[in-house]
Amino acid sequence: MTDAALTPAQAAKARARAQAEARLKRRYRAETRFRFYGRAAIFLALAFLVVLLGRIGTQGYSTFVDYRISLPVEISADRVDMADLGGSNFNLMVAESALAVLGEQDDPYGEASAEMMAILSGDLGFQILDRLREDPSLVGQTITVQGPMKANASLYYKGQISRDTEIGGRLLSDRQLDWLDELRQRDMVSGGFNWTFLSRSDSTEPEQAGVLGAVVGSAMMLLVTALLAAPIGVLAATYLEEFAPKNRWTDLIEVNINNLAAVPSIIYGLLGLAVFINWLAVPRSSPLLGGLVLALMALPTIIIATRASLRAVPPSIREAALAVGASRTQTVFHHVLPLALPGMMTGTILSLAHALGETAPLLMIGMVSFVPGVPETMTSAATVLPVQIFIWENASERAFHERTAAAIIVLLVFMVLMNLAAVLLRRRFERRW
Amino acid sequence: MTRQRDDAHAQGVSTTISRASQAGPKVSATDISVFYGDKQALFDVSLDMPDRAVTALIGPSGCGKSTFLRCINRMNDTIPGARVEGRIILDEEDINDRGVDPVLLRARVGMVFQKPNPFPKSIFENVAYGPRIHGFASTKSELADIVESSLKRAGLWAEVADRLQAPGTSLSGGQQQRLVIARAIAVSPEVILMDEPCSALDPIATAKIEELIDDLRSQYCIVIVTHSMAQAARVSQRTAFFHMGTVVEAGATDEIFTNPRDTRTQDYITGRFG
Repeated sequence: MTDAALTPAQAAKARARAQAEARLKRRYRAETRFRFYGRAAIFLALAFLVVLLGRIGTQGYSTFVDYRISLPVEISADRVDMADLGGSNFNLMVAESALAVLGEQDDPYGEASAEMMAILSGDLGFQILDRLREDPSLVGQTITVQGPMKANASLYYKGQISRDTEIGGRLLSDRQLDWLDELRQRDMVSGGFNWTFLSRSDSTEPEQAGVLGAVVGSAMMLLVTALLAAPIGVLAATYLEEFAPKNRWTDLIEVNINNLAAVPSIIYGLLGLAVFINWLAVPRSSPLLGGLVLALMALPTIIIATRASLRAVPPSIREAALAVGASRTQTVFHHVLPLALPGMMTGTILSLAHALGETAPLLMIGMVSFVPGVPETMTSAATVLPVQIFIWENASERAFHERTAAAIIVLLVFMVLMNLAAVLLRRRFERRW
Repeated sequence: MTRQRDDAHAQGVSTTISRASQAGPKVSATDISVFYGDKQALFDVSLDMPDRAVTALIGPSGCGKSTFLRCINRMNDTIPGARVEGRIILDEEDINDRGVDPVLLRARVGMVFQKPNPFPKSIFENVAYGPRIHGFASTKSELADIVESSLKRAGLWAEVADRLQAPGTSLSGGQQQRLVIARAIAVSPEVILMDEPCSALDPIATAKIEELIDDLRSQYCIVIVTHSMAQAARVSQRTAFFHMGTVVEAGATDEIFTNPRDTRTQDYITGRFG
């Protein structure tokens, strides 16, 4: 009797164990699969990042090298009209001097000098003009000027234009290439770090174009954005989270803030156009205007991040402060805000970094324009890095393509520095409870 | 400076004695009902809590003990949707009166929570915060005196005297709870509310806190919520048994534990439910 009762019980037990083992195996298999998916996802993401950065890097690094010529130029008195200095053709003078150095002469039709002018930067002529303005006694003497080669000539030196390409595709004639080789052999041309790119602003000539104006414009615009968006956002979030009654109105406000964070950025550009330019008459294309528009755009994100970090402060801290007789304001400002500070700052800096890379709304408020200088005031015309990238990307000259990539590198460095600041600030203020 | 404070305390004690001689309760609650939104958590609770004694509130989870406790320093005000009805008289004054500021009330009625919740600041700052915001000290040395005497009365001074600048959160759980008690004492309250102060502590730390409560009894009106019947029996002179949002029975602790009148009380203290 007992045996008969036990055996099926044992069998059932064995079956249950086998099933449990099978289940366990399935669970482990599922876990292994999941780990594999996770690793694959990370690998893919990293691969995209490497490809992206690699592409930008390989395309842009050559911008940071440029080739400069050191050339003695004879300033003959009969070619310079002291009454109208600017009217003299210094570029021709430079080209003829270069031809003379190479033992050649201009032809009657000026073809040789024209070809020579096409490989030497116009900057050399401007330098002579500047020095003559300063010191008219230089007329009749031979002075040495140093300046960049034309962008296409630099590209040849960098190996990006090759002699094997057919003439139509390389923009340089055989004679020009011979001259370039000759100048290089005579050590008149040397390569070095491209300070021009970092110390000058936009120019129609690629070899004279730089990002300084755009960097300064970006920094000024970001300053306006930060000064507006950070205090307004933090105060709004603190009031909504800590003081406002929870009712239908605050719910409505919350929903709207969340929606605003998802509004396409170009809409903010339209808003800026309508409100700031047409109604408030803020000068267009100015850092002030860009900053105002980006502040509007950054506000919802800052509010959401700040509220999240306020909500992360444990309620026990609030109770502790209230229980010793702190008022609500004292509780918030003495205890809650200091604890929420790291999160608030991270959110703010990240949304500012986002604003830094924003292009679309700026196109709507006229910031997409050729600005060949550093903005002097908050209301003067300026350009910013992402828009500069956009403008250069559309330029037809080949040398602007490498400058586009280099400007992206500068923008990325700017952003990495900001994110680094966010991390450091977070470390500095982080407190545990 | 110290002497002035001690004098103040001596006065406080003497008034306490005269009040005690009148034999009226320090805190007297009448017909307290609490609503969280539509849900009613307390039903017409009336309870007297004498001065210079420990009143224990016992009862199963969700019976409304903590809710009642939080009425006494109006912490329920901070909960959205909470509504309190009834009268709580503290020294002949209704604390729910419109003229009573909850911020000032909480300086008179201190509170210690279930989980130790020191501020993420130094030990010194934890204790000094209350006196500072209430303007109890005008000089640094005065403040240091208050901190020292509060820590001494909380029985923590010997352990932290040499590291007052260390973060309060670096202490052990039991030390943190005593730090929190020191923080409450520092603002010279008349009533101290304790919401299960030992539920997160080990038996040794618990014993220390109970000892401390027994010491503090001579100066304050203490109300303690506890889940431990043994603790209620050890530290309290009066006990109130809460059940389903009402006070089933209240009286001297000895009587409640040895001779309960209500069967529900008896079932609870003998461990038959809850």
